[in-house]
Order: sequence, then structure tokens, then C-alpha cells
Amino acid sequence: MVTFTVEDQEGNRQQIEAPDDMGLSLMEILKASEYPILATCGGMALCATCHVEILEGEDDLGEATDAELDQLENLPEYFPTSRLACQIRISPTLEGAVIKLRGEDN
Amino acid sequence: MRCHLIDYLPQVGGQLSEIYPQKPIYDIPGYPEIKAQELVDNLMDQIKPFKPTFTLGERVDHLAKQTDGSYIITTNDNTQVHAQVIVIAGGLGVFEPRKPVLENLDHFEGKGVAYMVKNPENFRNKKVVLAGGGDSALDWTIYLANVAERVTLVHRNETFRGAPDSAAKVFDLANNGKIDLILSANLKELNGNGKLSSIKLESKNKEELTIDTDYLIPLFGLSPKLGPIADWGLNIDKNAIEVDTRDYSTGVERIYAIGDINTYPGKLKLILCGFHEAAIMMHSAFKYVYPDQKLSFKYTTVNGVNAF
Repeated sequence: MVTFTVEDQEGNRQQIEAPDDMGLSLMEILKASEYPILATCGGMALCATCHVEILEGEDDLGEATDAELDQLENLPEYFPTSRLACQIRISPTLEGAVIKLRGEDN
Repeated sequence: MRCHLIDYLPQVGGQLSEIYPQKPIYDIPGYPEIKAQELVDNLMDQIKPFKPTFTLGERVDHLAKQTDGSYIITTNDNTQVHAQVIVIAGGLGVFEPRKPVLENLDHFEGKGVAYMVKNPENFRNKKVVLAGGGDSALDWTIYLANVAERVTLVHRNETFRGAPDSAAKVFDLANNGKIDLILSANLKELNGNGKLSSIKLESKNKEELTIDTDYLIPLFGLSPKLGPIADWGLNIDKNAIEVDTRDYSTGVERIYAIGDINTYPGKLKLILCGFHEAAIMMHSAFKYVYPDQKLSFKYTTVNGVNAF
């Protein structure tokens, strides 16, 4: 299990514990935790509705893929540590990270 | 039953055509692997005998119930369709343009701010600012460079991730003085008295720049919204329409919802399930379209395809 913190659009923070051995993505865990994430494309890095900003721990998560950067580039607003939650695997690298929801439909 | 399809996108196929046309799908029965657009093309072929008709690029805005129970459907372009039954197969809703976060943006919508180029002639001899860095921002910059009086492209980064050919063309146009290219800058503020007249930009190092313009076209891609569906008196739960799984009817008579737009206990958002829902819905809808006829269930293998 890994533990990380999620901050919603209103700034409310919550600690989330997630299994790191099931091949899940951060998007899937956020959805399962009842955060209102659309994830239109189902996790293919094609819609950017699961846009998040990594407030802490971004260095451990690795580089965004080209497909991910293409989507982020298209958004009206993005941040130096913006990522798509669907492209982040739940793994020990997420331990202690702080993630802010940025998708426009959240 | 004759079917007329209305979709806000300029082509049929919804998410498959719009979001992932070239992605393979592995869970369609009978196809170990098929590309999304190929599936849509095949479906279009398969329905040809039934001569469906289409209104594309228009959004259904209003439903007006008639005294006989039928509906008149009106789109945002005032196209009207008279139907005995409405089936909402709206996926996650309407693909609406993503909007930049600007304080008085809605104030200038339709008064200088446009999210798509419907008729390029509207911009002839006008000053136009485009914002965005994707393919559509590049393509429209290139196109409008020959139409508008002056085109300015504002992009947040130094480079473009869109098609390299288009990016090269845009840099060429800028180098030859045909357009103004403003990189590493964001939209900050819109100004005008009733109609857009200037835009304030802010560069990465917080310098401000104001440019006079007649139009702003923000091109930041599309995002799904429930849209007008939310106002039709249907039971909505988490952006989906609640249906009765006996026939995928909504709480409103003659209105059905199938596919990703509906929700019910055990719902799976799969194309496969959409097909199932559609077949059952059709059998239920028949009674409204042909109230005097008895519906008899037939197999195509026995009876062939009865085209119109």
C-alpha cells in the first residue's frame, strides 16, 4: 500500500491509501475515491479530463510521455508539474506525494 | 422505423472518431482487434439499407412535447425534427470547446470571442488573435493568415507540439511578417465596450502586452459536458441519465437513453453493452412509432435485411 494526499478544487486535503500491486492508475484510484473525474477516454492519455498538479513529490514520478505532454499542451491552463492522473501508476514512488485536482470538470 | 441522428460533432462516431480513431479495440465480439474508426465505418455500412439521415455539427437544445405525445426537437442552429421517440446516445454529453480562465469571457462570447471557425469569411479583413498550441490553432492560423487583416497567434510555450509541418509554416509566416507570433505568453484580460476591442497578454516573466483585435479564437481542444440534456427533466445521477433496464427508458415517456450516457445498477461502459441496450430499446420504442402494429421478433438469418 502507498499513502498520498489529494487536494480537491476547494483546497480540502485527504489522505488516500492505495494498493500498489494491482496495476492501477492514479486516475482509477481518484475515481474509486469518489472524486468527480470524468476520465472520458478511459485512461489513454487522450482527453486530459484527469489533469492533476503534483504539489509535492513530482521528481519521483518520472517524465511525462509524449502523448501526455501533447494533451497537457492543449489545456487552457497548466502548471510546471501538471500530469494526467491516468498515466501515473500507483507505485511506491507515490508515497508521500501531494496531488491537486485540476481537471476542469472536477 | 426511420432514424435521424443529430450530433454536435461534425462527424458520426462520437468518442471513437473524435478522441481515438486510430486506437485498436479488443473487446468487440467477432473482431479480435479493430480500430475505432474502422468500427464506425463498418457500422455506417451496416445501417445503409435503413437510409438513416443526419444533422451534424448541431446540438439539440430543446425538446417540445406535442399534444399527441410526439416531440419537436430544436437544435442550436434552429433545425427542427419531428419524432415519435427520442433516444439519447450522448456518451458523456456534448463535446464543448475548453475555455480559458478569463474573468469576463462570457461577456464577450459572440461579441468577439469565438471557439470555432464556422465560416472563415466572418474574419475577412478583421484583426484576429488565436490562442493555443495544438493542430487546430496552427491550421487556422495558417488559413486565416490569407483571410484576416492581421493574425496573431498566442502560445504559452516556445515550441509547438502540433504537426511539425504546420509549426514550420507558422514560423515561416511569422518570419516573413505575415502574422504576429507571440510565444511564452498567456491570455490575461479581455477589454472592450460591448464588443471585444483589445486583449492583454502576460509573458512568462510577467511583462504585459496589449493588442488591439476584433476577434479572439481560443483553441484549447474539446471537453465533454452534459449540456442541455441536464435541462430536460430527466433523472440525472453523476452526469448520467437513470434508466429502467427493462427497456432503457428514462422517467419521461418516449425518451430513452443508451450507451455511456445512461446509468443503472451494474452498468458497464462498454460498446458491447451499448449494442445490447440499443436492441432492447428499439423493441420498446416500436409501440410509439407504430401504435397500430404488432411487433413480431425476427432473425435476419431467416428474413434477410428488410431495407426501406
